[in-house]
Amino acid sequence: MVRVKLPYHLQNLAGVGSELRLQVAEPVTAARILDALEAAYPMLRGTIREHGGGPRRAYLRFFACGEDFSHQPPDAPLPAAVAAGEEPFMVVGAIAGG
Amino acid sequence: MSKVRLLVGTRKGAFILTSDAARKKWAVDGPHFGGLPFYHLKASPVNPQRIYASQTDDWFGQVVHRSDDGGKTWVAVNNEFAYASKPGTHQWYDGTPHPWEFKRVWHFEPDPIDADTVYAGVEDAALFKSTDGGASWTELANLRDHESGSQWMPGAGGLCLHTILIDPSDPQRIYVAISAAGVFRSDDGGQSWKPITKGLQSNFLPQPDAEIGHCVHRIALHPSRPQTLFMQKHWDVMRSDDAGENWREISGNLPSDFGFVVDVHAHDPETVYVLPIKSDSEHYPPEGKLRVYRSQGGEDWQALTQGLPQQDCYVNVLRDAMSVDKLDPCGIYFGTTGGQVYASADEGDSWGAIVRDLPAVLSVEVQTLD
Repeated sequence: MVRVKLPYHLQNLAGVGSELRLQVAEPVTAARILDALEAAYPMLRGTIREHGGGPRRAYLRFFACGEDFSHQPPDAPLPAAVAAGEEPFMVVGAIAGG
Repeated sequence: MSKVRLLVGTRKGAFILTSDAARKKWAVDGPHFGGLPFYHLKASPVNPQRIYASQTDDWFGQVVHRSDDGGKTWVAVNNEFAYASKPGTHQWYDGTPHPWEFKRVWHFEPDPIDADTVYAGVEDAALFKSTDGGASWTELANLRDHESGSQWMPGAGGLCLHTILIDPSDPQRIYVAISAAGVFRSDDGGQSWKPITKGLQSNFLPQPDAEIGHCVHRIALHPSRPQTLFMQKHWDVMRSDDAGENWREISGNLPSDFGFVVDVHAHDPETVYVLPIKSDSEHYPPEGKLRVYRSQGGEDWQALTQGLPQQDCYVNVLRDAMSVDKLDPCGIYFGTTGGQVYASADEGDSWGAIVRDLPAVLSVEVQTLD
């Protein structure tokens, strides 16, 4: 099971806690995680990436294993530790004041 | 016994304010979705417990919430607003063509007949319609495909369709206002549209009386006389008595004819309210005095000041932030960028703040409930 951490407001929108688990087919990629996430929680469609598997929203980033995968191709395989559920795939919102 | 319910959208969440018909003691419920901007909330006139709400920001984009129990609980409905035809281009700030891109919902207008039907005015300017309570959205694309579409240009707030009026005597007649394209009317339920800007003058345009390009901030009508429209434009308060075919200025003795809101008394189609703002460069009330102005038909305006700050007031009141209830005497409400929501239970003669310290208020809608 892949572990996913969402920003606070998306946790509330989806009605989940700080971390959720998803079944994702190998090879585990950002696109496949988001596909599984949106299938399980359709209210998240359009909030992390554009509808229809479109681009990541500009103010969000994808982190895992201490690395930023935001600018990697969405179909690029993620580290084995993410696929094994040892490390979470994190959707992180840009910091901001105001 | 009747009561009133205010739906308040702010920069940091939605709030619901309720009172009995006396409108003296208020309960404040919220924030709903605290921390998130809500451009607009509006309830169905058919099913008052059904509320549509637009949450929109740069992090998570557009989320549409619907409540079927008067705002106690919410569900997220469809947030996909896909342009129906191949997106063309409108003018960008530098005059170059810019492709249409959906950004947010500015305004929901629930249908007067069917609780499952609701219209959404969006940025970049377009009109969408749902007939299933927000489960799906279809663009009424002939508006954006109007031959003038390539000339539409954004104001500083974006190219937004922010006002939707449905003629209660003929729901096939719809008015929309777009900043900064102008005002359009459809007489066939949104299948075809015509600009209705004759009489408007905008000095920021190369041709001040051009058909397209006016920054119309808000229009309003009274259900008993729907052919009469009132308009607060970027500058000028205007009136039409022929469903927008011709407009004439009624700014008269206002201290400034710049502003955002305009609304009509619930029981008198000739009584109109505006709230002057100093200028397009200084978005606060003239002389630091927060004054609502009331008129019988325009031209001769009376300042309404009792209970409103008359010194050191530098807030703004945005286009969707004034509303009137249907009680007798009519109640008037408006919210400010300083977080106050002011109420008058006597047609504007006197005012009091329901709340003073909300986040900046973006919209105020009132429901009169039996």
